[in-house]
Amino acid sequence: MTAKFSRRTFLKTSGLLSAGIAATTMLPDRFLLWAEEQGMLTSTLIPTYCEICFWKCGAMAKVINGRVVKLEGNPAHPGSRGKLCGRGNGGTGLLYDPNRLKTPLINTGARGEGKFKKASWDEALNFTAEKMTKIAGQYGPESMAIFTHGAPTDHFLPLISAFGSPNVGMPSFAQCRGPRDVGLELTFGESIGSPERLDMANSKVVVLFGSHLGENMHNSQVQDFSEAIARGAKLIVIDPRFSIAAGKAEKWLPIRPATDIALLLTWINIIISEELYDKQYINSYANGLDQLRTAVSGYTAEWAAGETDLKAADIIETARMMGKSAPAVCIHPGRHATWYGDDVQRTRALGILMALLGSWGREGGAFFATQASFPKLDSKPYPEPSREPLNLGGYPFAGGEGVTQAIRTATISGAPYPIKGWFVSGTNLLKSLPNQKETIEAIKRLDLLVAVDVMPFDTVMMADVILPECSYLERHDALAVGKGKSLTVSLRQPIIEPLYESKPGWWIAKELSNRLGLGDYFPWNTYEEKIKSQCSLWGINYEELKKVGTITIPNTAKPFITALDPPRFNTASGKIELYSKELEEKGFDPIPRYTKHPLPQSGEFRLIYGRHAVHTFSRTTNNPELHELYPENEVWINASKASDMGISNGAYVTLVNRDGIKSTPIKVKATERIREDCVYMVHGFGTTSKGLDKAFGKGADDQQLVTRYAVDPICGGTGMRVNFVSIEKGASHA
Amino acid sequence: MPKYAMVIDQRRCVACMACVVACKKENDVPPGEFRTRVVEQTEGTFPELRMELRSELCNHCDNPPCVYNCPTGASYKNKENGMVLLKSYRCVGCKSCVAACPYDARYINEEKGYVDKCTFCAHRVKEGKEPACVATCVGKSRIFGDLDDPKSLVSIALHQNHSEVLLKSVGTIPRVYYIKKFSKPE
Repeated sequence: MTAKFSRRTFLKTSGLLSAGIAATTMLPDRFLLWAEEQGMLTSTLIPTYCEICFWKCGAMAKVINGRVVKLEGNPAHPGSRGKLCGRGNGGTGLLYDPNRLKTPLINTGARGEGKFKKASWDEALNFTAEKMTKIAGQYGPESMAIFTHGAPTDHFLPLISAFGSPNVGMPSFAQCRGPRDVGLELTFGESIGSPERLDMANSKVVVLFGSHLGENMHNSQVQDFSEAIARGAKLIVIDPRFSIAAGKAEKWLPIRPATDIALLLTWINIIISEELYDKQYINSYANGLDQLRTAVSGYTAEWAAGETDLKAADIIETARMMGKSAPAVCIHPGRHATWYGDDVQRTRALGILMALLGSWGREGGAFFATQASFPKLDSKPYPEPSREPLNLGGYPFAGGEGVTQAIRTATISGAPYPIKGWFVSGTNLLKSLPNQKETIEAIKRLDLLVAVDVMPFDTVMMADVILPECSYLERHDALAVGKGKSLTVSLRQPIIEPLYESKPGWWIAKELSNRLGLGDYFPWNTYEEKIKSQCSLWGINYEELKKVGTITIPNTAKPFITALDPPRFNTASGKIELYSKELEEKGFDPIPRYTKHPLPQSGEFRLIYGRHAVHTFSRTTNNPELHELYPENEVWINASKASDMGISNGAYVTLVNRDGIKSTPIKVKATERIREDCVYMVHGFGTTSKGLDKAFGKGADDQQLVTRYAVDPICGGTGMRVNFVSIEKGASHA
Repeated sequence: MPKYAMVIDQRRCVACMACVVACKKENDVPPGEFRTRVVEQTEGTFPELRMELRSELCNHCDNPPCVYNCPTGASYKNKENGMVLLKSYRCVGCKSCVAACPYDARYINEEKGYVDKCTFCAHRVKEGKEPACVATCVGKSRIFGDLDDPKSLVSIALHQNHSEVLLKSVGTIPRVYYIKKFSKPE
């Protein structure tokens, strides 16, 4: 039959549709949707949880004839409540991205040259295991480090731990939440968790410090944010940029960047001196008020106005707004907190403010997580490394996620012992760590760079061996345990079989463990077996979980302080530490102090960066469904400043930092929505990977310009808003 | 007969674009085309600024210029529920409706040659579900329902708040309502 056939003939000749169509991926979505509507095909809804960001929203995947046609929120899941954000809705864009890594690859050129040849799994896994074994033999197992983020961590961190290395670095600590978590731990004895335990929906006042909710799309938190606004909460937004959130604010404070601590300490001073603080709460639960009062007494509104470039009257008014609505005040502690290198102290100031308002453990403020938890499966203990971990970098309050750049430094110096192998899973180090030159320098000194990822991101392209993981819609991963007001368990399960030759992370880890003689650490045949044993240990019906996606354990939480439930704080003193002896003992300020940071010189702008609602870091820039909505980032320049400089909206310019590093051409957004002393861009663009054909050549990379960083001496966080750029006009753009 | 309408509570919108992506997936909208969008408009000069976030889509007008201008009868107003819909098999792609629509709500599906637009997700509504954009709306800014049912979410929202329609003066009588402010005007 050579003639063209009509759809009708096609349906007849292809046999019964309900029996399934062989060339599944060839059929357009529109056909499948139509066939479903006609009752010729049926759709199934399979629950899982999302991995386009790390909020882990419960999702339902709609499958027709083997193709995932749509993703929706799972109503049973507390992070999504039946809704997905734009990114989550675009998850199929990752699944069906034609640029996905399809087979294992081995680099045949020089390090980082990206001369890849296709390899079989056997070849690639043997190559990896042999090189790892060689490194362990020559330098010791500690010389193999892992950098990781997201779900792959649950598979590859155990592998590297079993291998005998303590050297793990997750950018989520030193390039993100680290200072925040440490600051809150030092103040309240615990951090705020992820999802943050904020009772925002019930707040009377919501305070956002640089947090741009709406552009930063953490699903349930944004739902609460909208709810709070609709219920009449007053919003105070502190941001040099008129963000989407600022557009909803009662008070937008366009602060001079790097002066946040001045504003915070002044607010604290006003709240104490005007006696707006919760006296009973502070007397019962906190220590150090007298020292705090003395320490902040000099920070007046008039002084702060000079530092922050805000009006003294606005500073006083906002302090009173908070004081009068206490304790139902939600002060968002932020998430990406690595700004200026004094970030633990800034979070301490935020925490102290929360404490004074009595909002920690109170309705409309922050709530306590459920105390319920699940027991751990018995597993073989990891070998004790014979050498000290390098991943704490000597920072006294560095966390278990490790200080990435400390491993990088050791890799370059070879001291105190060499790091010769990097195992990189689910993180694009070139885009997440400051100063790319150092990252590349370190990579050059390695004997082995292994990358596990779904897409050929910049860092993946530098690897010696690439192990292609299938997307989250094609695999099992660890059960997601959520600790909010109640305890939840969510399942990730394959919606379809892995495409191409990609494989689940658990399979890759297990196969490597076999080749490394570490099979005992992975004592199951499939990951589903492991999940089943966890479920049986936890008293969860696995078959039920497969159907519903999320199971909530009956609520045993006591989220708020009541007379019958006095809080216990896991600090050294057992109280909220307005004054931190722990910090004092390590030689740091026990109460935050304001120090001036360098400001841009004439002709320069401070480079600040953030997120876009449809993108997650650099991970989504090539996703066809999300790329379409925001294909390239722009540099925001104050409109009158741009006009003074003769730069028009939509023109392409180049940004140059103090180290002479030039960005790729970037489009100008000349806007009233930003101060004159800074420029802003969305993070994650300007990929160098030619394997990403949609994203390549689009926009500029903020991280390329972040050559300088201010390290927080308390925890090792890298402050990355300390670079100044000038603007070169007339960049040519293809 | 239900009288379907959408209310967009702009106070709740955070321009997250979930509606835009969900709509594209639900209806397999071709690359580069959209049945709905979120418009961000800022007025004023730094730092005295005001922002409006406005989701736009087909207004399913009660006096629809697209239907009036369609030469083939492809565009029609569903008499039962008021949705403005399209019989694609009758559409010849003449773009008359595209030109007539004051809301820029229609596009030509280049691959197929016919016009397309928002259907209020008629196929979902038929099954008792909300339109995809409403179901996924993170801020609960989009509300859908029956204006004839006083207990519907749209009726309640319109009863409790002052609302406006886009381009009221052109006489299209839209069925998409916007809540901009926090209470009824004095």
